[in-house]
Amino acid sequence: MAEDILGAGTEGADIVSAGPEFHPMEQFTLEPLFGGHAINWYTPTNLTLWMGVAIVAVILLLVVGTRRRAIVPSRTQSVAELAYGFVYSMVEDVAGKDGLKYFPYIMTLFIFIVFSNFLGLIPLSYSTTSQFAVTVPLALLVFFTVTIIGFVKHGIGFLGLFWVSAAPLALRPILAVIELISYFVRPVSHSIRLAGNVMAGHAVIEVFAVFVGVSVFIAPLAFIGIVGMFAMDVLVAFIQAYVFTILTCVYLKDALHPAH
Amino acid sequence: MAQDTTEVVGELTEQIGEGGGMPQLDFANYPNQIFWLAVSLVIIYFILSRVVLPRVSSVLAERQGTITNDIATADELKQKAVEAEEAYLKALADARAEAGRIVAEAKLEIQAELDVAIAKADAEIAAKAAESEVAIGEIRKGALKAVETVARSTATEIIKAVMPGAGDAKAVTAAVKSQLKGA
Repeated sequence: MAEDILGAGTEGADIVSAGPEFHPMEQFTLEPLFGGHAINWYTPTNLTLWMGVAIVAVILLLVVGTRRRAIVPSRTQSVAELAYGFVYSMVEDVAGKDGLKYFPYIMTLFIFIVFSNFLGLIPLSYSTTSQFAVTVPLALLVFFTVTIIGFVKHGIGFLGLFWVSAAPLALRPILAVIELISYFVRPVSHSIRLAGNVMAGHAVIEVFAVFVGVSVFIAPLAFIGIVGMFAMDVLVAFIQAYVFTILTCVYLKDALHPAH
Repeated sequence: MAQDTTEVVGELTEQIGEGGGMPQLDFANYPNQIFWLAVSLVIIYFILSRVVLPRVSSVLAERQGTITNDIATADELKQKAVEAEEAYLKALADARAEAGRIVAEAKLEIQAELDVAIAKADAEIAAKAAESEVAIGEIRKGALKAVETVARSTATEIIKAVMPGAGDAKAVTAAVKSQLKGA
């Protein structure tokens, strides 16, 4: 699904590239913060900057906002408590009581993604979650952690996840193959869904923005398009963070309770 | 038009040369991005697990405790209020009973006094009646005598006037007496 959107985005770029300044993907370019062109593994880049901004925002909302530990919470403290309660109940409902041990890790994922998504919506900012180099490691982190938890908790019994005991015996080997494939596709869809949605939203906004400059008659329409798309991206920013987190919980549940 | 097409083609080739126009697929930058991602995740993890999560969970627990305490206190106060109301009602009932008793007592006392007063009044009335009877008896006696005297003297005068010299005073008196007795 996400790849379709990507494809559409690049095709659009080809069709309208008569305008010389049409580069919807340029906004995703990684650039060194302090000049130069070489990007070594340690070079601070715009990605570093916006991850830093995300960390500052996390500190402002979750640390400074809760510093008074008020029984009757202030507005920021309420938001922090809501975020806590939101993820906590998600882990508890989906992964079960024994999943709560992993709550801090899942909370970290959710907070990182939701802050990155929303900060990416600030005009001229750099959207860190639009990078496969960010979402793929996140998804692989979840994939490997969950797989290791599964094998540590259940040993070889974890493979029961692929052996659908509810199905007729003849079907089980076939189902096992399908389940195995779907298991290994998880990190792919998990990461591309997030990056693809964020990237597509930003690219479409950029396309509309170019149209604003094309002609006076198209400009109002294109502007409405930008507003509408931005509103949708606000939704997407939250929903994709939610989806990533709840899928993590589902995978964790599979690792903790592999029996079908 | 031809110019445009060349431009487009040129730009496309340029874009493909830059990595298909998708900076996300520039694998040369991956180590950098993954490094900074790891740094950020570790920092956020420590902020959350060391500061935020313990703090928020303690605040939530404290709030839960406060709410539970407050509800318990409210229950206690309500219990006290019920007790106070019961005590009030009991006092009210007691006061009412006491008042009833006092009223009954007062009524009895008044009745007794009244009885005494009535008896006294009756006795006085009886005494007065007896006295009056005596007085009336005397008056009647006096009156009878007066009647006799008047009748005698009248009879004597009449006899004197009708038949002078006839009869004497003694006979008249006797006649009057017998007449009066007969009357």
